[in-house]
Amino acid sequence: MNKWVSITFVLLSTAFLLFSWNIYRDEAVYEKKPADYDAEMQKQGRLVWQKYNCHVCHQLYGLGGFLGPDLTNVSEKGYHYVDAFLKNGAASMPAFNLTEEETNQLFEFLKASNASGSSNPKEYRKLWNGMIEQ
Amino acid sequence: MIKSYKNIGNLFLITALVLFLASVIFGFLASLLYRYPEFLKDSIGLSGLRPMHVTAAIFWILLAATGAIYRSLDEITKQNNHKYLKLLHWILWVIALIGIYYAYFTGNFGGREYWEYPPVFALLIGLAWVLFLVVFILKVRAIKKWPVYLWMWFTGILYFLFIFIENYLWVIPYFRESFIKDMVIQWKAAGSIVGAYNMLVYGTAFYVMERISKQANTGFNKWAFALFFLSFFNMLFNWGHHLYLVPTNPTIHYVGYIVSMTEWVFFIKIIYTWKKQVTEAETYLHYFPYRFILASNFWLFFNLTLALFMSIPVINLYMHGTHFITAHAMGTTIGINTMILLAAVFYFLLPEEENHHSQWLKAGFWGTQISLLIFLIALMGMGITKSLWFFEEPQAPFGEMMERSRVWIVLFIASGTVLMGSFVILISKITATYYKRS
Ligand code: HEC
Repeated sequence: MNKWVSITFVLLSTAFLLFSWNIYRDEAVYEKKPADYDAEMQKQGRLVWQKYNCHVCHQLYGLGGFLGPDLTNVSEKGYHYVDAFLKNGAASMPAFNLTEEETNQLFEFLKASNASGSSNPKEYRKLWNGMIEQ
Repeated sequence: MIKSYKNIGNLFLITALVLFLASVIFGFLASLLYRYPEFLKDSIGLSGLRPMHVTAAIFWILLAATGAIYRSLDEITKQNNHKYLKLLHWILWVIALIGIYYAYFTGNFGGREYWEYPPVFALLIGLAWVLFLVVFILKVRAIKKWPVYLWMWFTGILYFLFIFIENYLWVIPYFRESFIKDMVIQWKAAGSIVGAYNMLVYGTAFYVMERISKQANTGFNKWAFALFFLSFFNMLFNWGHHLYLVPTNPTIHYVGYIVSMTEWVFFIKIIYTWKKQVTEAETYLHYFPYRFILASNFWLFFNLTLALFMSIPVINLYMHGTHFITAHAMGTTIGINTMILLAAVFYFLLPEEENHHSQWLKAGFWGTQISLLIFLIALMGMGITKSLWFFEEPQAPFGEMMERSRVWIVLFIASGTVLMGSFVILISKITATYYKRS
């Protein structure tokens, strides 16, 4: 029994490692959308998003906290719109004291998220097998 | 305290209870923000309260499981050894905890959802976890034939470490290059790390049940191993169900979908063994470790049903991004993990049944079960409201949608208050009795 358990354990683990490895390195599976954002700045912008814990209330593709709206595509409303919310807050959202550089980086990050697709549930198609697709 | 030092497992359990208490208090304060948006807005706010709440909840689970596993291993090997390693393990956690809460209170974040502290503290936790693995291996290396719970603990400890590291790949800029890839890895790790600590918790449930029913062979049962592998398989590959709406490679979606559907086996198995449990329940109901495990079974059924439907992409489309997800997350952490760990706390800290004949404990038990049910219903009510809003045409402003949820929010806060009260009763009664005994 112990032998079979160990063998199954190792096999499953190997499959998992291969699957994970493929996800870490395979660029082909992540469709490259036209980069109308600054790739370097968006990387920093991700950290700004984390530094101020925006995810506590907001979602990206529906993932995050639910006190505020989803922000995946908010960059479509423009830099000044986002900036106004950051400076003044709204409802439970406090005003944030971001430097201008941070706001710029954050906005590039939101542009990258917008370029990757739409988080609006109305824009998904339903397939016969129960899957959904944009 | 002196007594606890003799057994580091107990020290972990008591520390975990303190975190549990902290978690329900922070959670209660955070819930108020839904009704009173100005509350603490310009001081801690939800940006601070939610991390304080979630971190304490996750650490309660991790530390209580660690304590239960240390106690179990001592029982299994019939010796309480490696005390200094275990103590060092505990000290690392305490330093990490102090650092993390200091950071939270001073508004210093920088981590990701569920792990919002500055990433340097992850080093301490990682190191503590390596020590856990070392002690585990030192303890069990002489055991030739492993019962299923040893496999579960081993898997949980090993994979937690791996996934915890994966959870920090974002520190390397390479992993932040593609927005989608970053999201995929984030939710891959977030999904399977839950599977890893569930292994620790379910292994503990199995061990405690085996001891209560005094049937020493159940740990070698073929069914038990089959279910272990099914959970392991799901832990490794079902996380794609968090990502159905994220436009990534369809393989990831399909793997998540197909693997999640294998969980129907658990569902059928629960119904199948229902009758046996009812008979057993009559024998052991007054014994609190059993009672909490029985409660966890009820919640397992409840949450599994919800999760199974949520894992079907077309249904997920309507539940994703709403409080259904919160209901699922809180339903499992409170209903399943917390109930099992409270069973373990009773079993290891207050094993004698005469300590369980207390009106307070009974009130605490029923208070938690009933308020949890109402609490989850309220969250699902908020979920339905939001889901209807997602698909309405034209869509009302976000604030108006929140306003429509008012009744649910009031119910959510009210039941949450009772839930907190009941847990406070349980925690204080357990610790008071424990210290009185020693
Ligand atoms: C405490 C919760 C909270 C936090 C933290 C928070 N927000 Fe908000 N945010 C909200 C709420 C609630 C609203 C919706 C207000 C309304 O319109 O009713 C909102 C609205 C917004 C909007 C306008 C969205 C739209 O579509 O109209 C933007 C942009 C925004 N927040 C950005 C951010 C960013 C960036 C951060 C992090 C720096 C952040 N928020 C942190 C609660 C929060």
